[in-house]
Amino acid sequence: MKTYLHIDWTSCDGRGLCSELLPGVLDRDDWGYPVARGKVGGERTDVPLRDADLDAAQEAVFLCPRLALSLVQRTAPEPGQRTPGR
Amino acid sequence: MSQPGDSHRQEPRLLAAGPDAGWARHLDTFGPWEPQAAGPGLLEVLAESGLTGRGGAAFETWRKATAAAGSGRKGLFAARPVVIANGAEGEPLSFKDRTLLAHAPHLVIDGLVALAAALGQTGGRTGSQTSTGGTSMYVYAPAASLPRLRQALGERPGGRRIHVVQAPETFISGESSAVVNMIANGTALPTDQRRRLSESGLNGRPTLVVNVETLAQVALIARYGAQWFRQAGTAADPGTRLVSVSGPAPVRDVVLEVPGGVQLSAVLKEAGMDPGYLSAVLVGGYHGRWVRPADHALAPAGPPGRTVRPGAGVIHALDLQTCGIQATAGIVSYLAGQSARQCGPCMFGLPAMASVLNRIAGGETNPRLTVELDRLGRLVSGRGACRHPEGTTGLVSSALEVFAADFRAHLAGYCAGPGRVAA
Ligand code: SF4
Ligand code: SF4
Repeated sequence: MKTYLHIDWTSCDGRGLCSELLPGVLDRDDWGYPVARGKVGGERTDVPLRDADLDAAQEAVFLCPRLALSLVQRTAPEPGQRTPGR
Repeated sequence: MSQPGDSHRQEPRLLAAGPDAGWARHLDTFGPWEPQAAGPGLLEVLAESGLTGRGGAAFETWRKATAAAGSGRKGLFAARPVVIANGAEGEPLSFKDRTLLAHAPHLVIDGLVALAAALGQTGGRTGSQTSTGGTSMYVYAPAASLPRLRQALGERPGGRRIHVVQAPETFISGESSAVVNMIANGTALPTDQRRRLSESGLNGRPTLVVNVETLAQVALIARYGAQWFRQAGTAADPGTRLVSVSGPAPVRDVVLEVPGGVQLSAVLKEAGMDPGYLSAVLVGGYHGRWVRPADHALAPAGPPGRTVRPGAGVIHALDLQTCGIQATAGIVSYLAGQSARQCGPCMFGLPAMASVLNRIAGGETNPRLTVELDRLGRLVSGRGACRHPEGTTGLVSSALEVFAADFRAHLAGYCAGPGRVAA
């Protein structure tokens, strides 16, 4: 089981509290929205966390003013998850 | 009954019943058949057939269906699944789904009922052999397709149990979470996908959103079997697919049924174009890629550089006089305007990309503009509740690659036209 920080982009308004709490994990983009450092594709929406970051991530989830963050536990990235299903 | 067969050139399978086929001609062409009875064993047959989704993602149909069926089984009270036939065609260059709904609506409905029966049976509810086991069925389609659909549902037994919902004419209206959101709440906007639709979709029920062409293929596979389906196409990309082909005037917009793995140049010729007189071809739609017309096979997977993904089945050719950068700038401006403006990276990033492209197309000569375009693409991809940012980025990166010589020419202060500057 691995823990991921899920960002609900439809709720996030880019005030940047999370990137302050998780400076090693999240950067801010041109408009203030969080960017997962060094990640590509779906890992920028479901950001894999190291054990050392779990407490800070928990705090970010708790403090995010828009309730845009959540922690997700799962075994491995699921390839089909972000495929659009037209 | 005439079973559609194969020759060197693809015989029509999906449109075998001819134009405007009603219930009688449908039965006459494909044979009398009970779609409900095809439910048991259908998912296995689909797995054998290798059918992939024809709406864009090209995900294996049996896997997607099995995920929805599997979650129906969990819990104390099995939730009744929902199957939605997705006929929303937000792609401005796509018309194959509406053509199919106009001419072969009964094939689509057959596939919907058969799949609903398969989910009803595996989904924990005990239904009788000839029912859909409590699975709810919807058809989601743009306004223009609805009269024909309602007529088709009215003329077949049991057709009235299928709900019809109108899809709005936006680019994003066919994204599967937007489809579910529209049916549930009347808003065709994608939703955050932390919980998957196969587990918790419409009203919390396991939900399967399937493109209408995929359903018509399901109906044929259920009737004639996996081996028949595999007689067309290649081992890696079995069966046929519909493509919406358009090109420079006077080429007519045409829907063709082509075998899996077909050469792109063969498709262009069949549509009446000479690949030698085209500068580039957009394959897969606005979330697709630009490629050169030669040497590409149309298939969901294969060696890059030799294969191009059909995506939503769009093939759009540019003549030698049209500037690929201007064409791309136009498309990206449209896509930026179609952002549902829910997610920051999409709402701000796509207009930023469109503006840089328009500056290059308009003749600004700063060489840093392509670097900036590339940077913005990297910045937005993978971020957003749906794949709109990623799809747009993919198109732009293919333009940077295929029109590289044109970009250099633009940034050096002239646009010689793609035919003349391209290597
Ligand atoms: S704290 Fe919440 S709202 Fe603020 S940037 Fe992070 S995710 Fe977005
Ligand atoms: S990524 Fe863009 S189009 Fe998709 S849900 Fe977010 S804002 Fe809407």
